[in-house]
Amino acid sequence: MKPLLEVKELSVDFYKHGNAINVIDKVNLRINSGEIVCMIGESGSGKTITSLSIMRLIDFNSGKITHGDIELSGVSLVTLTKQEISVLRGKKIAMIFQEPMSALDPVFTIGDQIVEVLIRHTNLTKPAAREQAITLLQRVGIPEPEVRMKQYPYELSGGMRQRAMIAIALACEPELLIADEPTTALDVTIQAQILNLLKEIRDEFNMSILFITHDLGIAAEIADRIVVMYAGKVIEQAAVHELFEQPFHPYTSGLLQSVVTMDSDRTEKLFTINGSIPSLSELPTGCRFHPRCAYATDRCRSEEPELVSQSGREAACWNIEKLLHEPQQQVEPKRIIAADRAIAASFEHEQKQRLPLLEVRAIKKYFSIEQGLFKQNKKLIHAVDDVSFQIGKGETFGLVGESGCGKSTLGRVLLQLEQATSGQVLFEGKDVLRAPAGEWKSSRRDIQFVFQDPYGSINPRWKVGDIIGEPLWVHESLKGQAKRQKVVEVMELVGLNPAAYDRLPHEFSGGQRQRISIARAIALKPKFIVADEAVSALDVSVQSQIVNLMQELQGQLDLSYLFIAHGLNIVRHISDRIGVMYLGKLVEIATTDELFAHPAHHYTKALLAAIPLPDPTRRKTFLPLQGEMPSPANPPTGCRFHTRCTAATDLCKKIEPALQRIGPGHLAACHYPA
Amino acid sequence: MFMFVIRRLLVSIMVVLASVTLVFFILNVLPGNPAEMMLGPNATPETLQNLNESLGLNKSLLVQYFDYMRGFLKGDLGESFITKKPVIDQLLAQLPATLSLAGASIAIAVILGMVLGVLSAVYQNKAIDYVVRMISLFSISMPTFWLGILLILIFSVHLQWLPAIGNGSLRQLILPACCLGIASAGSLSRLVRNSVLEVLNEQFVVTLRAKGLPEKLVLCKHVLRNALIPTVTMIGIVAGELLSGAVVTETVFSRQGIGRVVVEAIMQKDIPLVQAAILIAAIFYIIVNLLVDISYTYIDPRIRSKH
Ligand code: SF4
Ligand code: SF4
Repeated sequence: MKPLLEVKELSVDFYKHGNAINVIDKVNLRINSGEIVCMIGESGSGKTITSLSIMRLIDFNSGKITHGDIELSGVSLVTLTKQEISVLRGKKIAMIFQEPMSALDPVFTIGDQIVEVLIRHTNLTKPAAREQAITLLQRVGIPEPEVRMKQYPYELSGGMRQRAMIAIALACEPELLIADEPTTALDVTIQAQILNLLKEIRDEFNMSILFITHDLGIAAEIADRIVVMYAGKVIEQAAVHELFEQPFHPYTSGLLQSVVTMDSDRTEKLFTINGSIPSLSELPTGCRFHPRCAYATDRCRSEEPELVSQSGREAACWNIEKLLHEPQQQVEPKRIIAADRAIAASFEHEQKQRLPLLEVRAIKKYFSIEQGLFKQNKKLIHAVDDVSFQIGKGETFGLVGESGCGKSTLGRVLLQLEQATSGQVLFEGKDVLRAPAGEWKSSRRDIQFVFQDPYGSINPRWKVGDIIGEPLWVHESLKGQAKRQKVVEVMELVGLNPAAYDRLPHEFSGGQRQRISIARAIALKPKFIVADEAVSALDVSVQSQIVNLMQELQGQLDLSYLFIAHGLNIVRHISDRIGVMYLGKLVEIATTDELFAHPAHHYTKALLAAIPLPDPTRRKTFLPLQGEMPSPANPPTGCRFHTRCTAATDLCKKIEPALQRIGPGHLAACHYPA
Repeated sequence: MFMFVIRRLLVSIMVVLASVTLVFFILNVLPGNPAEMMLGPNATPETLQNLNESLGLNKSLLVQYFDYMRGFLKGDLGESFITKKPVIDQLLAQLPATLSLAGASIAIAVILGMVLGVLSAVYQNKAIDYVVRMISLFSISMPTFWLGILLILIFSVHLQWLPAIGNGSLRQLILPACCLGIASAGSLSRLVRNSVLEVLNEQFVVTLRAKGLPEKLVLCKHVLRNALIPTVTMIGIVAGELLSGAVVTETVFSRQGIGRVVVEAIMQKDIPLVQAAILIAAIFYIIVNLLVDISYTYIDPRIRSKH
């Protein structure tokens, strides 16, 4: 069968200040009709460039196709004129993007933006196009489509915006849909809904999908075939089951091993691939992966391997045989050990609880938004509503929940960046929120933070050494040599080269910058660190490096962490106990193994079920959690989850369940805990 | 929306009152007694005394201020020290000339600025871009009076296409309006260029192209409307610059207008006249900025919802 899309030896150069940089090199790709092909790889591997090249959108960014061809149903796209290709865009090939907020024009209504594409590619009149647009919005699961037509992108939630994007893409029933990380910015339950929607659409329209992702779980969940890219090249290509069963390329194998799954052994260090992806201007000779490859030989350093076919799949490596004969690592049996440990841990935990380092008592944080001429209509956002928990010494407490659930606000309250509306935070028995001026500084010193975007939280014009040394200067008035000496010590501790003392943050990669903010956080030897989405923005392999580092430091410095994140796999790996938040409420607390083995609250269950498993043999067959989190400005009565809960009864609608003990170290706020 | 306008009007009134107060005190602490100036060096102390009394200048500053404000609130801006006629009549007579100059030059600035700015953004780092950037740099750095003289030399003296001085006919308006508009067009075109470039880098532009929209539509419908938001702000600021530019331009082209009147009034320390002129300028500025804010809400739905 002739494939729908065939990319043959495609090379693309970008021009910057007159210099050509090769960004993808002889990429081969085939997509059959009705097939979902996932393209995976770390950032900088050329996935997005490849997809933009297929649409010829690189034309607008001084990119140029220097070699090869792209054929869509036998028609070469490379030789088309600008006009000819723009007729195909949106009609035969459509695209959706990662950030549905920035991908929609903010000053036009959703309706206008759908109608526009219909008018462009069909003969529909404007009223007919509007009708059609409403049908489309309905098809992608947007409630009240007539109302949404008149709304602007900022009035919709992230999930709804992505649905609207999909509606735009579907408008002309294209043959190929390119989806560039379409769920990365979304919460896991919404992600599950969108993935489901894409699968339905594929079946309904027999559409092909090129799905770009860095998440192997998603690839396993949705792909028929997988293409792996590294540093501008396709290095492996195989059917999804084959690839997960036996990768042919050492990089793929490394990626698979660095996946943190829900049943990997938590006591072990996370697997990491050494080093990081090379920049396109300084590519290694020979095989581009050789500086990071454990199988590299002399041949790899000098000669570049071609993508060769082998038993119906392709890989570009000189030493496939070697990799194939390596004994496979088995992880399965450790599950039982993990469960045993859970019991022990929970006992141990109850011991620990007698000595809490941090105690949060009935914290509330309400924001008010004002409306009207004299600000008479005060509305309260219940961001954090009556949350209590404790964190023991040396413990890592994970806090999870969807965006908007209040987990970050809670973290900011603990750091005193946000004033609590009511409640207490006891640190070593002292109330830090109402501490006298003198003591205020000492609790600041003992509680430090690491945020998501290291670049946003450090001053870009300061030298790395000064950034790390700032707390030393503020709290201990250290200057000059004394400061330098301490900073160098800390830099070594977090695995930064002390020679980098005088460099600026922009010279570092994302992972390195996160090391800088960790160094800064531990400079004063604090007792407690709030890590808010500290690894969420990093690539999988870098993520593992940072998590390992945080765990090492915990052992060395006797630290306690509050680890706030939405990525449940990582939270599971690092946390001793986990709290689940929903709409400002803490709905469940349990030791990690207990929570994952026996989730009691129905929200926790749905959350865990929504995580894509990196195993194509265990695809989901059930429907994901429906709906979205209601607005915290007027939370539902009774149990706040009742609007989405399948087990909800009248009691749930009326009476709010209290957080109560349902087992050793296990608390849940549900009338009918599972 | 209605509430928004009301609230803005209330604020505007406060601004007017504050600027009147400020101007009153600034003018009065400036050295030089108006009565002395009017009578010349040969005045006897008695005549000076009499004049001071009739002008109310012998009272304390605070009393003078309250007297003035009382008049102001009744709509009486006082009489000119020199001509003894109500200043308001004198200024209103000049208003049409200045307004037509201001209006024409804003129009020139906006049209020229937008066209040049968009051109230079679309042809970024190509020949057109360089030429446009050069022109705008010139127009910004050139003093208004010099540009005026240059225009007169070229178009009136040399080519004899347009009249150099006077007001009344449309032809007489062209040169001064250009003179005043070009400088603002320069700074406007730079801003338009930058904001268009910024919008072109937005993700949604990729979406629009991926939808297959022709580039013309992407630019004229989507990019321009988004780029308009900062541009409109700039128009408000430009209107302020125009007022000061008007003084010079009116002088260079010997036009009548409020600018000229103000210059003369300041020379003669005709305080009521200066004060009223500044009041008119403040009101003009406030109206322009109110219009700017209202037009925001039409361009950007996010701002609309906040009101
Ligand atoms: S070619 Fe060599 S360096 Fe490259 S992946 Fe294979 S073994 Fe590793
Ligand atoms: S209390 Fe009711 S609505 Fe809430 S989670 Fe439990 S069963 Fe569902």
